Amino acid sequence: MDFSQMTYLYLILQAVLLALVSPFLLGMIGQIRSRLEGRKGPGIGQVRRDIRKYFRKNSIAPIGSTAVFSLTPYVYFGTAVLAAAITPIFVSSLISDTYADLFALVGILFLGTVSLILAGLDTGTAFGGMGASREMTILALVEPTILMSIYAVSIPSHSSNLTAIVRGLLVHPLQAFLPGNVLALAALAIVVLAETSRLPIDNPSTHLELTMIHEAMILEYAGPKLALLEWASAIRLGVFLSLLANLFLPFGIANLGGSFPDILIGLAAISLKVIFLGAAIGAAEVFIAKLRLFRVPELLAGSFVISVLAVAGSFLFSAGLR
Amino acid sequence: MSINYDVADKVVTPLHLDHETEKAVWSIRLGSLLTELIALSGISLSLLAMDKPLGLRALYTGLPFIKLTIGIDFLSALFLLITSAVALFVGIFSVGYFKAHMTSSLIPLLIPVFTLSMLGVIVAGDVFSFLWMWELMALISIGGILAEHRRSEVREAGVFYIVMTHLGFLAILIALVFLADRAGVDSFRGLAAAAPKLPRSEKNFIFLLSLIGFASKAGLAPLHAWLPKAHPVAPSPISALLSAAMVNLGIYGILRIDVEILGHGPMWWGVLLLSLGAVSALTGALQASVSSDLKRLLAYSTTENMGIIAMALGLGMIMISLGAPEVALIAFSAAIIHLFNHSTFKSLGFLAAGSVQSAAGTTNLDLLGGLAKKMKTTALGFGVASLGASGLPLGSGFISEWLLLQALIHVPLKRSEAMTIIVPLTMAALALTAGIGVLAMVKAFGFSFLTRAKSAGASEAVESPGSMRGAMAALSVIGIILAVAPGILSSVVDKVLHVIDLSANPGLSPKLNAMISFPGLRGTISPWIIASGVIVASLAAFVVKLIGNKKLVAQATLPPWVCGIDALTPNMNYSATSFAEPIQRVFDDVLKPDKRLQVSHYSESKYLIEKMEYNSKQQDSIEKVLYVPILRAVKWVAALARRAHSGNIHLYLAYGIVGLVIFWILAR
Repeated sequence: MDFSQMTYLYLILQAVLLALVSPFLLGMIGQIRSRLEGRKGPGIGQVRRDIRKYFRKNSIAPIGSTAVFSLTPYVYFGTAVLAAAITPIFVSSLISDTYADLFALVGILFLGTVSLILAGLDTGTAFGGMGASREMTILALVEPTILMSIYAVSIPSHSSNLTAIVRGLLVHPLQAFLPGNVLALAALAIVVLAETSRLPIDNPSTHLELTMIHEAMILEYAGPKLALLEWASAIRLGVFLSLLANLFLPFGIANLGGSFPDILIGLAAISLKVIFLGAAIGAAEVFIAKLRLFRVPELLAGSFVISVLAVAGSFLFSAGLR
Repeated sequence: MSINYDVADKVVTPLHLDHETEKAVWSIRLGSLLTELIALSGISLSLLAMDKPLGLRALYTGLPFIKLTIGIDFLSALFLLITSAVALFVGIFSVGYFKAHMTSSLIPLLIPVFTLSMLGVIVAGDVFSFLWMWELMALISIGGILAEHRRSEVREAGVFYIVMTHLGFLAILIALVFLADRAGVDSFRGLAAAAPKLPRSEKNFIFLLSLIGFASKAGLAPLHAWLPKAHPVAPSPISALLSAAMVNLGIYGILRIDVEILGHGPMWWGVLLLSLGAVSALTGALQASVSSDLKRLLAYSTTENMGIIAMALGLGMIMISLGAPEVALIAFSAAIIHLFNHSTFKSLGFLAAGSVQSAAGTTNLDLLGGLAKKMKTTALGFGVASLGASGLPLGSGFISEWLLLQALIHVPLKRSEAMTIIVPLTMAALALTAGIGVLAMVKAFGFSFLTRAKSAGASEAVESPGSMRGAMAALSVIGIILAVAPGILSSVVDKVLHVIDLSANPGLSPKLNAMISFPGLRGTISPWIIASGVIVASLAAFVVKLIGNKKLVAQATLPPWVCGIDALTPNMNYSATSFAEPIQRVFDDVLKPDKRLQVSHYSESKYLIEKMEYNSKQQDSIEKVLYVPILRAVKWVAALARRAHSGNIHLYLAYGIVGLVIFWILAR
């Protein structure tokens, strides 16, 4: 294992950076939504203030819950931070080069979601079970789309290795506009909305328990554990948006041994892309209503069809690149 | 100790044989001891054979005209290892289990005999021995399944299994005898040399028949219907052996006959096996997700995982026929590693289910709950098992599924147009299986051990005795080791790959070290680094919490939020059936459950509802669509044939004479 000091440093730096910035990303989305709805809005820093507030209260465990409930916030936060460390954000090759690929990254994020689902079941309340059931159904139906989209983006580079995919697009920039890539982007966008609990699948600002999916599972948490869960949700949003940006439009990203100006350009590029995507989400949420729960499988099936078309498109147009 | 929970569904009534207790205890001890001896000798034989394969040896049985031959090559050694290891832990478990659930003093003695017969199938060196041991294994397994034969559903399941296993045996018998006849030799080694020279049509015939027989034993759809009936009704140690050792022998048969002996066949062989695997995986996953019985869920999960193994084998066969051996080797190693993983987590799952059944008296997921607090070892064991079965990172199933996905990604599409359709379809099937499989396992773990108890049995459960705990703990450790260090299997995998495909360059096989990589192809992963990453990151989360919450205020244990009422009754909670209801609704057209809703009104007014009764019965849809018409046709033919049974003895004598004459004419 050739773990150089630089690799460790980059890993931790990237994870810390994303952890610190993600609450503001989430706050920005909320602020844009508020402004478009005609409200003054709580400000970009509200999510960070909420997390800080939760840290100062004490935790609660419902009577009868087990270690699953107590340990889930650590696992959820841990998987989110690990995913943040291995996603190519401003540098195109890190640990993701050899030790984990896109399948592993998605698997790690799923591990976090599954632990949260088990915690929802462990609360022993009807709301926890309801959130768990809904989240699990969405997870089960999103998995085919994710794997097909990963396959679609890995066809040009013949590998699911993250660095290979990103570098492949940097070497052949026009590939980014092929129908296969565009369709895969559309399919993965729907997946990102489902996995980060945004509209139209889940309303993150609802207060009605019967309309909750993600919120229902964390209803019983309070204090620092709730802070960890909310923070981890923000980090996951940052990870998914960075992944979306760099899998399809990685222009500007730096190399591992790149010079300082290259890294600055990489940081600026990813910030621009993620801010743009976040603003798009915030603006779209003003105009979309939440789907009925039993219409969500139709949406996910539609995204699966799009991903199958993406695979077909990749076959047709990358024949010459083999 | 006779606890009889009056539960609508599964009732376990241990018969306390007072005057035969002494005999019962001795049979448990003897049975367990024999099982351990047989398992240990199986493991040592396997390790010896890995070092130096055992050539063909004749085995003296003492009976005239019955000559058994044994031969252990790397492939046999692999299956010997898996079967013996499962039997080792089942033997330990059965000590505690049968003390609580003694049905007859024969059953604990049946386990070592069953194990011995399975080992006999694996080491059989020629067609005759193989068929003998196969039928012996089937007969003993029938005895094991009918252990609680006083219950009617056990008898029904037993009859179903008897018929299906013998139909499968018939197919295998015809195929192997035909093969031996055409090739002129009996031993497997001789057949491997002679079979490639057979004409294409004969090889196709042998392939199809043997596939039918072995696929039925492995529990592949559409011949899987016996599995979810037979495995739940057997005692849990025997279910563990059935699911984690016996179904592997179907895969052994496919590997031995169809891959090794029949050799490189046309592409459609692999496509057929791949399709069977895909259908099995999807069926198994879907039916597991809507099962509300824990053991039935695990049985369908066996079908799902056997489907994944068959998909990997089919893909490997296709790749060999297309001339891409490096990809074939990845697919075959995925199949072999998944065999190990599945045997581990499935045996662990069934042993944990046995522990649950012993403690709570039921395996109905709608009645269990809250067992994690009282049965910590069982909960941990089943947690490791369900993590492995779900295919998430940190579980053992992740590596084998990752290998299969890598094989699919590296398929050279230019070699065949058909692959551009087959690969995406396979990937979609695998992905959907994985997703729904996670749902099934979360349901199984969450509703047995988490949530809150919904029946008296579950709330009064206590942890199982030490032997059961020890067996589960040992299997959990193996499961964790396989998850983070699959590299320990690398030498086994390499040797078996050499047996399967002798023409491939050994330098092309995947390297399973601390990091898994493929020579010449792009794709790497390191399971232990991912595992340590998750653990380190979770510890970091704990540190963050400590930093953020400097006051270190203790956690308060309070009642949950129940919208202001006094307390929740267990019925107010989500049950396993309601957990899976959304996915059942999505796949309603495929599952076709029998639903019945009866609404009864008050006699005074039709607008006031007195009672609503909802019944939902989930039957296997393949069984409904495929088996029921076939059985109806068989009954119709039988009814026609009954017309010839007039009861007149003169007519029967005439039948006999006519039959004899025909036989004489044919024997000329």
